[in-house]
Amino acid sequence: MDLFFFLLFAFIAVACAVSVVLQKHPISCALSLVGTMASLAVLYLLLGAEFIAMVQVIVYAGAIMVLFVFVIMLLNAGEESSKGRSWIAKIAGLPALAALLGILGYAMLTFYPMVGPKASLVHFGDFTGGGAKEIGTALFTEYLLPFEVTSILILIAILGAIVLARKEID
Amino acid sequence: MQNLWLIPALPFIGFLINGILGRKLSKAVVSAIAVLSVVLSFGLVVSVGLSSGWGEHPIHQHYFTWIRSGGVDIGWDFMVDKLTMIMLMVVTGIGSLIHIYATGYMAHEEGYYRFFAYLNLFMFFMLNLVLGANYLLLFVGWEGVGLCSYLLIGFYFVKKSATTAGNKAFIVNRIGDFGFSLAMFLIFITFGSLDFGKVLSAAPGKPVEVLTAIALLMLLGATGKSAQIPLYVWLPDAMEGPTPVSALIHAATMVTAGVYMCSRSAAIFLKAPIAMETVAIVGLATAVFAATIGLTQYDIKKVFAYSTVSQLGYMFLGVGVGAFSAGIWHLMTHAFFKALLFMGAGSVIHACGGEQDMRKMGGLKKYTPWTCGVLACASLAIAGVPGTSGFFSKDAILTAAYGHAPWMFWVGVVTAGMTAFYVWRAFWMTFWGEYRGGDAGHSHDHGHAHTHGHDDHAHAHNHSHDHDHDHGHSHSHDDHGHDHHGTPHESPWSMLAPLVVLAFLSLAGGFLFNVPKFLESMFPLHEEVPNEEMLMGVSIFAGLIGIALSYFMYVANKELPGKIRKALGGIYTLVYNKYFVDEFYDATVVRPIIEGSTEVLWHGLDQGVIDGAVNGAGTGSRSIGGVLKHLQSGNIRSYATWVVVGAVILLITVGMNGGLIR
Amino acid sequence: MDPQVLMQTLGKGVPTSWYLALSAVLFTIGVAGFILRRNIITVFMCIELMLNAVNLSFIAFAHEHRQVSGHLFTFFVMVVAAAEAAVGLAIILTVFKNRSTLNIDEIDSLKN
Repeated sequence: MDLFFFLLFAFIAVACAVSVVLQKHPISCALSLVGTMASLAVLYLLLGAEFIAMVQVIVYAGAIMVLFVFVIMLLNAGEESSKGRSWIAKIAGLPALAALLGILGYAMLTFYPMVGPKASLVHFGDFTGGGAKEIGTALFTEYLLPFEVTSILILIAILGAIVLARKEID
Repeated sequence: MQNLWLIPALPFIGFLINGILGRKLSKAVVSAIAVLSVVLSFGLVVSVGLSSGWGEHPIHQHYFTWIRSGGVDIGWDFMVDKLTMIMLMVVTGIGSLIHIYATGYMAHEEGYYRFFAYLNLFMFFMLNLVLGANYLLLFVGWEGVGLCSYLLIGFYFVKKSATTAGNKAFIVNRIGDFGFSLAMFLIFITFGSLDFGKVLSAAPGKPVEVLTAIALLMLLGATGKSAQIPLYVWLPDAMEGPTPVSALIHAATMVTAGVYMCSRSAAIFLKAPIAMETVAIVGLATAVFAATIGLTQYDIKKVFAYSTVSQLGYMFLGVGVGAFSAGIWHLMTHAFFKALLFMGAGSVIHACGGEQDMRKMGGLKKYTPWTCGVLACASLAIAGVPGTSGFFSKDAILTAAYGHAPWMFWVGVVTAGMTAFYVWRAFWMTFWGEYRGGDAGHSHDHGHAHTHGHDDHAHAHNHSHDHDHDHGHSHSHDDHGHDHHGTPHESPWSMLAPLVVLAFLSLAGGFLFNVPKFLESMFPLHEEVPNEEMLMGVSIFAGLIGIALSYFMYVANKELPGKIRKALGGIYTLVYNKYFVDEFYDATVVRPIIEGSTEVLWHGLDQGVIDGAVNGAGTGSRSIGGVLKHLQSGNIRSYATWVVVGAVILLITVGMNGGLIR
Repeated sequence: MDPQVLMQTLGKGVPTSWYLALSAVLFTIGVAGFILRRNIITVFMCIELMLNAVNLSFIAFAHEHRQVSGHLFTFFVMVVAAAEAAVGLAIILTVFKNRSTLNIDEIDSLKN
């Protein structure tokens, strides 16, 4: 069962991700990205991260992507023009990507043993420490300072956004 | 248990408050803080004195270890013994009076708070200097007062001559400090410590050559700080600073630091007879030399400045002939009457609206009777008229000098005569006769080319030297932007009160404080000299002759000075121009250094080697950049690709070194 | 690798490595999009994709080590991503207002 869900949603995630890269219209990209995020949320659930899965859906797939779609519509962004040149991207882009994928994939696949007695496996229900309670406890004890700092970060982001986006007052 | 650290700490607090917040505070608050901090400090000194029997039971306090490195172990230690006690009383006592005086004198100046902040900082360093229980702490104070001196000489920093004078003081002092530093190194090598107690008790057992070297290097330091030959040249120029500064730093306290240091190191000096002889000769030569220059100057502060140099020479003479206590006594009485002279001069300058040239004064006794009176007291004291404080201390030194070598006594007596002459010359020129600076009571159509604030005007040595008394001013009138002197006016009481106190001390200081007796336990009294009454008589006679002669020349017979000038001709010009010592130093020391550094350091080293290397690096980078600039396409995707390529290279490198295998 | 052993293992669960490999694949796709796409908004979305890929690996590691810390890292990444999105989109708006283009190849004022 685990394997089935993993393969299904991994496939959806990769397909949607490829779609993000290949679609011409930004709206299509954005919707594809929502697909990737949603399937990632399911994978999070499989990994026992209930809270993060919910946040992924609500904040990421919901709020942030809505912001994207909103900006796309606001700017009335159409299909992207194919103007522009980057010889280095053309020449080195694909080989570099292939190398990156190869190295990362290799490293990741060999990171934990897949078979044998020490095999590290993900079985739904093995880990139940990802609930809202556990997260909340950790967030307000061990990670209190980063959490509070985060609020300042967000405040700065808000200010930055306002400053950048406001109409110039002449 | 008295907390000695509070004594310097109070002025330092005053400095911090005034220095940081002073700009925002009112003048009343600034002066209250400045004066109070010093007066409280004085009070503390008195209480310390009362509790320790005025240094009878020395206090030594260790606060913390300052430097510990290998064999070096230097603590922040303060100590009070009788010598320190005298210095503390002089510094804080006269310091308090001058602070009070300065509140009146500086009342209309820009940078009021800055002035008092510096003055308090000076007090802090000076107290540190006298309280420090090892040479390094003394050196901290030594350098600190040098810094404050520099800052205060250059107080009118918009004036080129003031900043130049500040630089001169600083640089000349560097030479002396260099000697002092070497002395300290040598002390440390020889004694393994810098504590006064350890060094001085161990001094008798060390080889004479080393002690002589140490003493001579200290003397070099002292000649810088205390303006002795050959490093005295900065002190007359230092009169560019405000007059209270001249009184406090350049007459009463800082310049006596050299005398204090030599007395403090008496144990070393006493074992180094060659060094002692050198000290005596340097002191005596300075005394005569400066006195002759003082005879010819017209700037009232310059006269007193050379007088200070000369009197400091006396103190060194005293130290050099082994009469340390006489030197310290003279230090004290000199602090009284010289501070008074300067502050009186300040009052006169104040009265004349910033004029310092004595040829433009005269007849001031009817406008400024108080100033006239106190200056008369000071002049009597410095002339060594019997009963005044100067008489006792000067006589003590001269007697000791006679015991050492009679010729030194005779030179000293001649100098005393000259001292009496030029100080009274200044007195007569300022207070007697007719007022020569502008028409009293009339509107001032009689301007001069100088714009002036208080101390703010071009100096006598920059003038064309027309030596006639009534030199006609052909200068056009300048708007002074300052309360111009229509009629000379008496100074406010905040200025006069300290003067009166000092006048009392100048007259009675000799009776009140018998320093040699007080210091007997530290410096044994000198053996009796035969014919002491005769010697005393001679020096009194010299002083009186000086006074009489000056009266004769500047009051009774006013044509005489001009005739003497003409008769002396070249010699007069030589002396008037201070023996061209500044020019001589300029030609022999300053020029070669400037030109040498221009040729070797600037053109050769800087332009050739350093600039070459820098330019080479620049050209190299430019040509490499010319190739690499194509990388900076401004294209984000290109940049991103480079990042990916870099990441791949990094990962490969890490992987090759086994970093990806768990 | 013996297929039979593998099948046996897969019956018990999915290897953690596969999750990590998926993360690597998604990350590479994100990078590819970043390099190949010209629309600034799409590029921005590709950055989000990369962040998500990293998040996945965090969660996988957290599962492996049975620790909640990985979840918190993810949580903070999301917060930062949200802040970044707000500022980034504001920048995009400003750029578009000034240059009326969304093509990053035309936005090259960093040159020279």
